[in-house]
Amino acid sequence: MASVDQTMSDGHHGPARGITRWLYTTNHKDIGTLYLLFSLLMFFIGGCMALTIRAELFQPGLQMVMPEFFNQMTTMHGLIMVFGAVMPAFVGLANWMIPIMVGAPDMALPRMNNWSFWILPFAFTMMLSTLLMEGGGPNFGWTFYAPLSTTYAPPSVTFFIFAVHMMGISSIMGAINVIATILNMRAPGMKLMQMPLFVWTWLITAFLLIAVMPVLAGVVTMMLMDIHFGTSFFDAAGGGDPVLFQHVFWFFGHPEVYIMILPAFGVVSEIIPTFARKRLFGYASMVYATASIAFLSFIVWAHHMFTVGMPLAGELFFMFTTMLIAVPTGVKVFNWIATMFRGSMTFETPMLFALAFVVLFTIGGFSGLMLSIAPADFQYHDTYFVVAHFHYVLVPGSVFSIMAAAYYWLPKWTGHMYNESMGKLHFWLSFIGVNITFFPMHFLGLAGMPRRIPDYALQFADFNMVATVGAFIFGFSQLLFVYNVVCCIRSGKQATDEVWEGSRGLEWQLSSPPPYHSYSTPPTAEQLSKASH
Amino acid sequence: MQQSPSNHRPLLLRLTLLTVLMFGFGFLLVPLYDVFCQITGLNGKVLNTGPVTEVGVDTERRIRVQFIAVNNEAMPWQFAPVERELTVYPGEMKHTAYRVTNPSVRFMVGQAVPSVAPSEAAEYLHKVNCFCFENQPLQAGETKDMPLLFTVDAALPEHISTITLSYTLFDITPKAQPAATRLPKDSRRML
Amino acid sequence: MSSYRRALLYAGLFFAPLFCVQQANADWQLNLIEGATEISRSVYSLHMVIFYICVAIAVVVFGVMFWSIFWHRKSRGAKAAHFHESTFIEVLWTVIPVIILVSMAVPASSTLIDMYDKNNSELDIQITGYQWKWRYQYLNHDIDFFSNLSTPREQINNAETKGENYLLEVDQPLVIPAGKKVRFLLTSNDVIHSWWVPALAVKKDTVPGFINEAWTLVDEPGIYRGQCAELCGRDHGFMPIVVDVRSQADFDLWLAEQASLKVAAQQSAEKAWTQEELFARGEEVYQTSCLACHQANGQGIPGVFPGLVGTELMQGDPAGHIDAVVNGRSGTAMQAFGEQLSAVDLAAVITYERTAWGNQGGMVTVQQIQQLLGGE
Repeated sequence: MASVDQTMSDGHHGPARGITRWLYTTNHKDIGTLYLLFSLLMFFIGGCMALTIRAELFQPGLQMVMPEFFNQMTTMHGLIMVFGAVMPAFVGLANWMIPIMVGAPDMALPRMNNWSFWILPFAFTMMLSTLLMEGGGPNFGWTFYAPLSTTYAPPSVTFFIFAVHMMGISSIMGAINVIATILNMRAPGMKLMQMPLFVWTWLITAFLLIAVMPVLAGVVTMMLMDIHFGTSFFDAAGGGDPVLFQHVFWFFGHPEVYIMILPAFGVVSEIIPTFARKRLFGYASMVYATASIAFLSFIVWAHHMFTVGMPLAGELFFMFTTMLIAVPTGVKVFNWIATMFRGSMTFETPMLFALAFVVLFTIGGFSGLMLSIAPADFQYHDTYFVVAHFHYVLVPGSVFSIMAAAYYWLPKWTGHMYNESMGKLHFWLSFIGVNITFFPMHFLGLAGMPRRIPDYALQFADFNMVATVGAFIFGFSQLLFVYNVVCCIRSGKQATDEVWEGSRGLEWQLSSPPPYHSYSTPPTAEQLSKASH
Repeated sequence: MQQSPSNHRPLLLRLTLLTVLMFGFGFLLVPLYDVFCQITGLNGKVLNTGPVTEVGVDTERRIRVQFIAVNNEAMPWQFAPVERELTVYPGEMKHTAYRVTNPSVRFMVGQAVPSVAPSEAAEYLHKVNCFCFENQPLQAGETKDMPLLFTVDAALPEHISTITLSYTLFDITPKAQPAATRLPKDSRRML
Repeated sequence: MSSYRRALLYAGLFFAPLFCVQQANADWQLNLIEGATEISRSVYSLHMVIFYICVAIAVVVFGVMFWSIFWHRKSRGAKAAHFHESTFIEVLWTVIPVIILVSMAVPASSTLIDMYDKNNSELDIQITGYQWKWRYQYLNHDIDFFSNLSTPREQINNAETKGENYLLEVDQPLVIPAGKKVRFLLTSNDVIHSWWVPALAVKKDTVPGFINEAWTLVDEPGIYRGQCAELCGRDHGFMPIVVDVRSQADFDLWLAEQASLKVAAQQSAEKAWTQEELFARGEEVYQTSCLACHQANGQGIPGVFPGLVGTELMQGDPAGHIDAVVNGRSGTAMQAFGEQLSAVDLAAVITYERTAWGNQGGMVTVQQIQQLLGGE
């Protein structure tokens, strides 16, 4: 911790200059910014892949890309968006906001923080470079089911495995840091049940990360051993079982999807009270609901595998536990609506994104409930209905919450207001684009279109065309966001410290932008009580 | 509650330990899964081995046992059950065989992997002696009958009247080359 | 007020396509099909019940939300209330969903239990997934065939107008009798596939090394189409399923026809084939079985699938070439075609490969193949 002590003893001067500021930084705000910019870059790379997929699917027949490249695109789009865009964005938000929200001077382990970010660019460079290798990149879907990803994989799979290991290490270090910060660095007098919900959801997410990222590391290690060292974890010929892969993968995979949505719940729980000018309804039940969702996420994994041929008892068990998830999730939605009820609402861009989150995430939740019904899932499984479902919870769910968070805290981060009308235009274009893209996918799936196909039968043609148009509207409208952020960083109206009329919380008691080192002395009891009322 | 970095150590240690444990747990899922399969018969993946003495043949009930042969990818052997199906009494010991021919021009080694449907019947189908217990070397052009000695447990649930036993034959020549030099025992051919 | 008007405009835009598609024709199919079996109908009604429950919940929840958005706006002068918790109401909205869920779980479980009753089948068919085709073996009859995509490559590459059943047509459909319980035993030759026919509400993964079961009982004769549902590599989108359900009488006729076809195939193997005949037949076989990997011009895909033009294998000793085609290449995507193709087709496709694209390998006779197949 020498570097921290160094800067401390030098007094609270600003950051170092030039590239070294970013390479060697241990400052949580700098690292948060790095994470957010990295995830924005990955969002665009993954988005280009999505547009390649949608362009190919604009019409029946093979026009733009060949099937093998199409499979690489679907695989890489999933991997980049999950591990490169959504997860780092939330880690970025955590880095920026958690120390400020709990009144700590920095993250608990600043040098590890630097390390956990700087692994990511290498991991993703390696992952993306597989596309240029002989035999092409990973083409077995982001779920990389064996034996397609072992015996039948392209040679680049080894690099894919190594990249997954690196991003796993990065996530685990990030999670350890978050937990240490929240448990050890809270301002004196701040009890756990007084923490902002964003902090709570991240604490639970961090435990989920520590619990399941090592399992992912384990499963890719088993793949590596099957491919190169002659073991037979997933090879039936040597006494292994390909279905075992799916069990281990989804033991990681289902908590993973909650890792991508719990911090989003936190963000929305911060934003809605601010713009409703009313305290969050049912704070305690929100915390318990989050914890129950996290717990349930460990006992529902096989609902991804209803068609794999499980015994009846297994199907029933996983069907019932999966349906149960609707209960705590419902509680959350009801609480948000009760917060809005009899509030005094205004509709700035962050609030618009948060409201769209509530509606569209709930639609994704409904399709999730339908998918949990095992006999009906036999018809939905691996169709565009599933694609529609998880894009509804991930795009207008996680991604919209990230957008909402960015607009919400951007004035705090930069000290400037963003352009509100451009923000609203961005919102409406995104909202319309998302729905035009993903709503017809429900119909496609029900009509019988399987996922991950580069070409389709003629009866699917019209909705695919609609979806492609929507995807391009959504994709290109994100350039507005970039433009707005750049303008906001460089110029814009000076933001007040409070920024929003209804804002509470410790972050709004700092100046906008906050000093490079904030809360070097812990916030006072008076500041804390002001923050919680 | 703000602390100096050294005070993070106990928490850090605990979290690192948790990470390592969960990595181990990932591998522990492999044997756990096998246990789970043994209990539920998932995938029909129960390897019932060892001798079972013929006790209490239940002549009141008849079970249809179907035999299926599947070749895995790039396995050129001709592989088929000698009898497509048998009707057995629970508890009765039965012999049958699969006939296999290596039509290729090279020495090859195969490994048969059994699977039972419905999966809940797996634990009641005892394979007393099965060619799937060891790998099967076959010279170019050689044909042989691979024996199977089995019995259906009298405790088989009432609602099951048909059991399908499938074998998938894998080509494991590259992996098994050194071990497979010994010749097949003649006694096994007799069965 | 302007944001309200904008919201209305948006709502109009959003729902407009929905109203357009009310005049549902085949191209705008919105919903699950009811299907052709008792099971598929009960799945459909389950689907509709859950859907309506979801719609009802959505109307209530979003209704309250939009009501608050409209009435409790600051621009209307709304003042924020101060309440922020109520144990009673929290318990209420935990218990009510649980009751709704239980009411959903009951019919779902009973349908699922019906689906698992696989006893008393009258016909057993083994279905094996291959990259990228299906193999059907009738266990009670001596019938065994492969079912390949029959859509011409020209349609896929947009050189020709696409037919009505584009990508949903096969050279040989699975034929089953109506009104009889048919049991499927599913497994795979290579990677995991999933056999799915929506009208039968059957979707089961085929896992290499393991066997899965499913069954169906179709009421009415008809043609039912489906596709592979689990990503299985390059041509995952090009391995359709067609089930031709016939009346018992027609099915018996079909069985007899299959037996006579078998005799005809034997006779054709004994006939003396000329190089031109073999070449023409080989071209067809090449298109269904080889083209996906080795490509129409025989160049393959560099680094993935080897080219066939001017290589030693194509022009040297035919034994090596025959061995590669008949027995496959272990550990690669090259399958053992010995079990998939007849001796005539093997001779034809090998002859085609050895003489097309300027290859100088010469013809291979049916007798050469038969000798190498094991001296039949």
